[in-house]
Amino acid sequence: MNNTLIINMLRFVLLIITQVLIFNNLNFLGFINPFVYVVFFYWYPIKVNRAIFMLTAFLLGLTIDIFSDTLALNALASVTIAYARPAIMRFCFGVNYDFQSFSFKNTTKVQRITFLALLVLIHHLIFFSFEILSIAHFLLILKKVFATGIVTLILCVLFSSLFSPKTE
Amino acid sequence: MQRIINFVLRYRNAFLYAFFAFIALVMTIRSHSYHQSKFFNSSRWVTGSIYGAGSDVSSYFNLQEENKRLVEENQQLRRILFNAQYDSIEPLDSTLAVYQVMNAKLIKNSFTSPRNYVTIDKGEEDGVHQDMGVITTDGILGIVENVSNGFATVQSVLNTKSNINAKIKGTEYFGSLIWDTKDYTLVQLVDIPRLVPLVVGDTIVTGGMSSIFPENVPIGTIKKYDLNDAKSFYNIDVELFSDMANIKNVYLIENKDKEEIEELESRTIE
Repeated sequence: MNNTLIINMLRFVLLIITQVLIFNNLNFLGFINPFVYVVFFYWYPIKVNRAIFMLTAFLLGLTIDIFSDTLALNALASVTIAYARPAIMRFCFGVNYDFQSFSFKNTTKVQRITFLALLVLIHHLIFFSFEILSIAHFLLILKKVFATGIVTLILCVLFSSLFSPKTE
Repeated sequence: MQRIINFVLRYRNAFLYAFFAFIALVMTIRSHSYHQSKFFNSSRWVTGSIYGAGSDVSSYFNLQEENKRLVEENQQLRRILFNAQYDSIEPLDSTLAVYQVMNAKLIKNSFTSPRNYVTIDKGEEDGVHQDMGVITTDGILGIVENVSNGFATVQSVLNTKSNINAKIKGTEYFGSLIWDTKDYTLVQLVDIPRLVPLVVGDTIVTGGMSSIFPENVPIGTIKKYDLNDAKSFYNIDVELFSDMANIKNVYLIENKDKEEIEELESRTIE
């Protein structure tokens, strides 16, 4: 238990640093800055106190916001996916995902990628809608959500297979 | 009472979510209409030093290109200096100069979001304060917004809140420079009356109406223009001279007369 706490704290710090120092400066094709820190929500243990999970999500988002001067956009998006995660998991892994025996090992690759894709999609939709905050720019929002979303998804899948957690 | 408490307990996660979302929303909406938050921004000590450390490493990668650019600028300045020797009558006295210039390095650049702020490595200790103008070797960059001890954040021209006085070079027709967030190489100049003759390729420079930038600092060239909906003013797309994606060394400009001008103007309005 203590071990997972330390691992998660390390992930928290390392993901913030990689996000703000590397991925916020990527500017691929001029506007794509993927939010790889979303993979934190994929890695986070399943059987957790939801309140602490949401608090962590809020702090993670807020820290990244302070670094990138986008105050509270990341926090809003992160808290939302933290809140929606159980519902998304139920959708992807079936109703009994919170049983004792459940682990990511028993799931198929498609299920895991769908889970990650939904997290990324919701996060990006909220982030870009509130960043632009105008219905008139609907197409711009969609373009940013899908372009950035696909890059984020690819990077997150790479990250999750590179540093796959063994215990969860 | 019991039922209310039970209700709250049952939906405690939803309430917690609503609480966090509310805080985040308030912050987001504030950042749309007010200045950047005073305490949470990338010029603070922790965030500033982490960006500083990151930029220390990454700045080695384009040292060569940056050196070349600075040498070119030195050449240009020397040319001006040597020519000035012959045609200036008065000796240069730095206390008489209205504008003071100091250099700084960018430690965080940003140009993809609708409200871009960049962070520089000079702060209050170096004499930086709010509302100083920031230019690159090619054109303008923005205006200092928040200052901490060792760092400062700059509101870039690529920010929907940015509004800089600009004019067409060689004339006195002035307008406001804004950004429509679509392309980081293009900004928009509005409020130029339709009777002004325009040519694609004309140079746009800063106007003399603001006390932040000196007059005639280059901004960009006209790429395209058309009349606005009311058909009385032009909307002009201006292609920026500075490559906003590739900036390292910048210059801060301080107007020594600024306080006097502002004080006078505020007295006049009262």
